[in-house]
Amino acid sequence: MLEVKDLHASINGKEILKGINLSIKKGEVHAIMGPNGSGKSTLSSVLVGHPSFEVTKGSVTFDGQDLLELSPEDRSHAGLFLSFQYPVEIPGVSMVNFMRAAVNEKRKYEGKPALTASEFLKLMREKRAVVELDNKLANRSVNEGFSGGEKKRNEIFQMAMLEPKLSILDETDSGLDIDALRIVAEGVNKLKTPETSCIVITHYQRLLDYIKPDVVHVLYKGRIVKTAGPELALEIEKRGFDWIKKELGE
Amino acid sequence: MQEDLNNKPGEQPQKESNEYLRELTQEKYKYGFTTDIHTDIIEKGLNEDVIRLISAKKNEPEWLLEFRLKAYRYWLTMEMPTWAHLDIPEIDYQAISYYADPTKKKEGPKSMDEVDPELIKTFNKLGIPLEEQMALSGMAVDAVMDSVSVKTTFRETLMEKGIIFCSFSEAVKEHPDLVQKYLGSVVGYRDNFYAALNSAVFSDGSFVYIPKGVRCPMELSTYFRINAANTGQFERTLIVADDDSYVSYLEGCTAPQRDENQLHAAIVEIVVHDRAEVKYSTVQNWYPGDAEGKGGIYNFVTKRGHCKGVDSKLSWTQVETGSAITWKYPSCILTGDNSVAEFYSVAVTNNYQQADTGTKMIHIGKNTRSTIVSKGISAGKSQNSYRGLVRVSEKADNARNYSQCDSLLLGSECGAHTFPYMDIHNETAIVEHEATTSKISEDQLFYCNQRGISTEDAVGLIVNGYAKEVINKLPMEFAVEAQKLLAISLEGSVG
Repeated sequence: MLEVKDLHASINGKEILKGINLSIKKGEVHAIMGPNGSGKSTLSSVLVGHPSFEVTKGSVTFDGQDLLELSPEDRSHAGLFLSFQYPVEIPGVSMVNFMRAAVNEKRKYEGKPALTASEFLKLMREKRAVVELDNKLANRSVNEGFSGGEKKRNEIFQMAMLEPKLSILDETDSGLDIDALRIVAEGVNKLKTPETSCIVITHYQRLLDYIKPDVVHVLYKGRIVKTAGPELALEIEKRGFDWIKKELGE
Repeated sequence: MQEDLNNKPGEQPQKESNEYLRELTQEKYKYGFTTDIHTDIIEKGLNEDVIRLISAKKNEPEWLLEFRLKAYRYWLTMEMPTWAHLDIPEIDYQAISYYADPTKKKEGPKSMDEVDPELIKTFNKLGIPLEEQMALSGMAVDAVMDSVSVKTTFRETLMEKGIIFCSFSEAVKEHPDLVQKYLGSVVGYRDNFYAALNSAVFSDGSFVYIPKGVRCPMELSTYFRINAANTGQFERTLIVADDDSYVSYLEGCTAPQRDENQLHAAIVEIVVHDRAEVKYSTVQNWYPGDAEGKGGIYNFVTKRGHCKGVDSKLSWTQVETGSAITWKYPSCILTGDNSVAEFYSVAVTNNYQQADTGTKMIHIGKNTRSTIVSKGISAGKSQNSYRGLVRVSEKADNARNYSQCDSLLLGSECGAHTFPYMDIHNETAIVEHEATTSKISEDQLFYCNQRGISTEDAVGLIVNGYAKEVINKLPMEFAVEAQKLLAISLEGSVG
């Protein structure tokens, strides 16, 4: 589904990603861990096409398409979704109008007619249940006045609405108490199908207790330095990253 | 540290934003075309002979000529106001022609057959069909081009209910008593520099009279079009709503795309009697000048309503997207006890546009209430000011005012300013003022992009969300139009 080859990217001329190789197949869950500043969020930003970053080398294909050629909105239409680490507030724009625009833009891209108001509201109701999102929140402006936990839940709600092929969860567990974490993780699991894949960026094992990864990568200084099964996450939980740095000869 | 940078996409380098800004250059002004039509234009310049000539061309009675001359003589003693937050280049009032007639006929046409097909085509192109059978349902139109009213639709239908809706020139001939009674009663010729100028040289505009107890069955509207070059448009609108009547009135305006600036100095006077209600909506889309600030209309307008009667109500709604410079303060004098006034405004400035706009609410009667909701949107290198006065006089017991002034900034080179004045002379008054300033950030736009919404659509979504409180006040058909206009005016303005 996603093939990243020798990806280099920089911001303001400073190189952050220094040759990422990553291959994700349909139905797989990959966890990406790593110490602060290793480039995890840069990788997610580059994949969704954030304009601040410049790709200097390498290639990314998504479902056979050259992902780097696509605009951020077309990457979304093609089925790429980012659950933001810091979801953005958009005052004055109701969640309903926001999601309606998003869903209908995707349908337009797929050559489908726009949903009618009643079809859309029905879909909203259905998907809200996935993350137990309150109806009141759905009627408020996008993320405005939402608590940290509500914002994260709202991200997963949007994921449910857009039914992406590949979701990137960027530190979705940060700032969540244990109950909120469970709701969010269960939401992600409910949305999981054999056809969809997921990248989970996290510092901690606790999210991976709920969302079971098939593969765990360690990102360090802009490169993936270690790839193994789920046991790697458990080991990192116990021992931190220093032993990996030592293995690298640092 | 790098992680931090990643997570604050708003901190991206300025260069990127500017490139992006240039990339999405503004959609062309849709109404910038010129109509090639023979127009009777008088020579440039302003003096008493010119005023006599205008008056003669319109076969005006002596009292009106006297009114004009008094105004002109007073204007000569005045100077252009400089208190607004505007940078107005010097205007040579002798370089303007004060009368341009594209109909070349002595009297206004009586049927469609007599209107030049070129003019009908022009208004069709502007989306204002002048044939009644093609007109928007439930709306009567007075179409004014340059100095002359071309056609007023549904006059006869309205007349059956006693409603007078005609061009100002016709009103002078057919209803001189009404015109004489109300002309200058709300905006005197001494009111300000541009009001004096307008009173001296005004050409056409609309006249509305709604008789006692009549609810006007359709929207009345005037569409103003400037066509001829090197001319000014000085129209005058007078609306009188007699006791227990109701009317909703809409004004629209456009002009050709030209490199030189053109002056538009209008007056609107509204008189609202006992228990009557007037809703006045404006969608102002004069040519704003190009992206470099060349050309565009100077829109210096005095609009004022007088809530004269008890329980009367006047509501101004304006969506201001056009003009190079706007100087405009639709105001209300609340004399009648329990009278109510509202001002809802969205003012958009982009590129090098300047706007200084707001309102005055003068509370004189008891239990009078006013509401001000102003939404400024600034983009490009524009300057956008809200200027408002709330005055509560000694006798205005229990007056209430609520003002809300919000500014939305797109980009970092524009300015938003708020100048609220309060002048309260009665202890029972309750006056509230709220103000906010916000900015559309790169983060917000990227968040929308990631959800599959293009930047243009995202700006439209955000701006319309911001302005919806005002847009919702417009009559249905125009609300849709105004939403589109907002999006178009701001295209390519995000930095």
